[in-house]
Amino acid sequence: MCGYTSIMQLQDVKKIAQLARISVPDEELESIAKDMDSILGYIKQIEEVSVDSPIGESALINCVREDIVSNETGLYTDSILALAPHRDGNFVKVKKIL
Amino acid sequence: MIDLKTLTIEKAHESFVKGEFTVRELVDAYLVQIKEKNETYNAYLEVFNDINEQVIRAEEMFLNNTATILTGVPFAIKDNILIQGHVASAASKILENYVSTYDATIIQLLKKQGVIFLGRANMDEFAMGSSTQTSAFGVSRNPHDESRVPGGSSGGSAVAVAGDMALVSIGTETCGSVRQPASFCGLVGLKPTYGSFSRNGLIAMGNSLDQPAPFTKTVAEAEIMFKILSQFDPLDATSISVENRVLKHSQISKKIGVPRNFLNQGGLDQRVLENFEQGLQKLRDAGYEIVDLVMPELEYSLAVYYIVMPAEVSTNLSRFDGIRYGHSSPGDDLLEVYMKSRGEGFGKEARRRILLGTYILSHGYHDAYYNKAVSLRNKIKQSLDKAFETVDAIATPTTPTPAFKLGEKMDDPVAMYLCDIFSAPANLAEIPAIAIPSGKTEDGLPLSFQLMAPRLREDVLFSIGKEFEQRV
Repeated sequence: MCGYTSIMQLQDVKKIAQLARISVPDEELESIAKDMDSILGYIKQIEEVSVDSPIGESALINCVREDIVSNETGLYTDSILALAPHRDGNFVKVKKIL
Repeated sequence: MIDLKTLTIEKAHESFVKGEFTVRELVDAYLVQIKEKNETYNAYLEVFNDINEQVIRAEEMFLNNTATILTGVPFAIKDNILIQGHVASAASKILENYVSTYDATIIQLLKKQGVIFLGRANMDEFAMGSSTQTSAFGVSRNPHDESRVPGGSSGGSAVAVAGDMALVSIGTETCGSVRQPASFCGLVGLKPTYGSFSRNGLIAMGNSLDQPAPFTKTVAEAEIMFKILSQFDPLDATSISVENRVLKHSQISKKIGVPRNFLNQGGLDQRVLENFEQGLQKLRDAGYEIVDLVMPELEYSLAVYYIVMPAEVSTNLSRFDGIRYGHSSPGDDLLEVYMKSRGEGFGKEARRRILLGTYILSHGYHDAYYNKAVSLRNKIKQSLDKAFETVDAIATPTTPTPAFKLGEKMDDPVAMYLCDIFSAPANLAEIPAIAIPSGKTEDGLPLSFQLMAPRLREDVLFSIGKEFEQRV
């Protein structure tokens, strides 16, 4: 396309994929960069319009409930653990972290 | 022989009460249709194996006089809504074998009514798409023309009702995912006010936008569904409280606004425009005054949506990591397990949106994209609030075009996203909107008329909608 400058470079896609914890095969990088470019090109139109007020964070309220146990202990343990890919007794098994 | 084509919730209930047919006979009639058609149309990913028990429970409710208008009514449920003991995969490989450990609140409400869940309906993966072509389990086809898409993301739910494979179905909306397939399949689709239906037990896509939403054949049935499912739920932090649901009834002006500047967006099909003008004339005939509105903010709706939604998607979908549930790929260390599980488990569109959201929220772009989009979203809300000071409702076509061909738009994400241009304002502004069938093209493709109303004023949509429907 004439006058077209791409926003996303292949190394940008690689970097974002790393941050998002998603493996992307090398042969797919180009098509993802192209798609992201066209989407970013579309959403860039918001630059045309000015907004006077920054977002009012004061309007946000905390709606987290008190941290109290509301279920009978163990009620869901089995059904939840049954879904774990790797299980060891009543634990979810993962690769060594440290 | 039960005439499924013209069957409604009210007619089915009346027939159950009068003994014209039983719940079992109706369910069997739908199961015959599913057996005949599902292979072609792929409305259902699974037909449940506990239907017999559900039928027995519903028939008991009729025997002990505890039956309600929905008792025994056969439903299709979108695959991102949790039903305890059943798989809910969101049409994704990453959740292919995920079994729900609890019922979504709306499922609990429907179970109390004694409805029959026939099965789980196909959808775009994680509700990301406008054509049901991103499902990991195959495309669904439009019952009006099997070479065309049914729309999406709740395509399977739409096909189930339009193809007489369920009487009613439940989908979910983030940006038109019920109204757009309702439009493509000739159904009524109601997107309720944000916070009116509980989101507890839905597989989240964009939390500030998501709402469960019903597909029906008529406006009156959408009203029945709204009355049953619009309930405060303490398990949903954004559910509207009981006291805030009390309406201060405002004056009805009998005026409907048309944001003319907004209609030029998204490549509006001439047939759609002509049909829309005819729809406006129907409302004039019903005694409404049609006024033109100038609402420049609406033109940015879809761009704002494609910033807010991916940002929320990238956050929400971080929970799928191959550790606690879902697809897990082996790796040498924890990072490799995450990277491979997510890379292999998510389809292309889901990956694309997660990456886009990660980019938008990353350092240096957060202000330019996300914060600005949130400010613009407020502007869109204010602009709609202001318009509703002078009009009862705002009308647009539901979609810029009728149903398109399978395979079309798949390599052009922006063209696909533009299908939802007229849907975005209602989701962003948390207001209710309804898609109502408004006729067909010469080659038999359904067309649709959209009405939007102020927050919690679904009653306005139902009353105008019924008048509109009678004149189609």
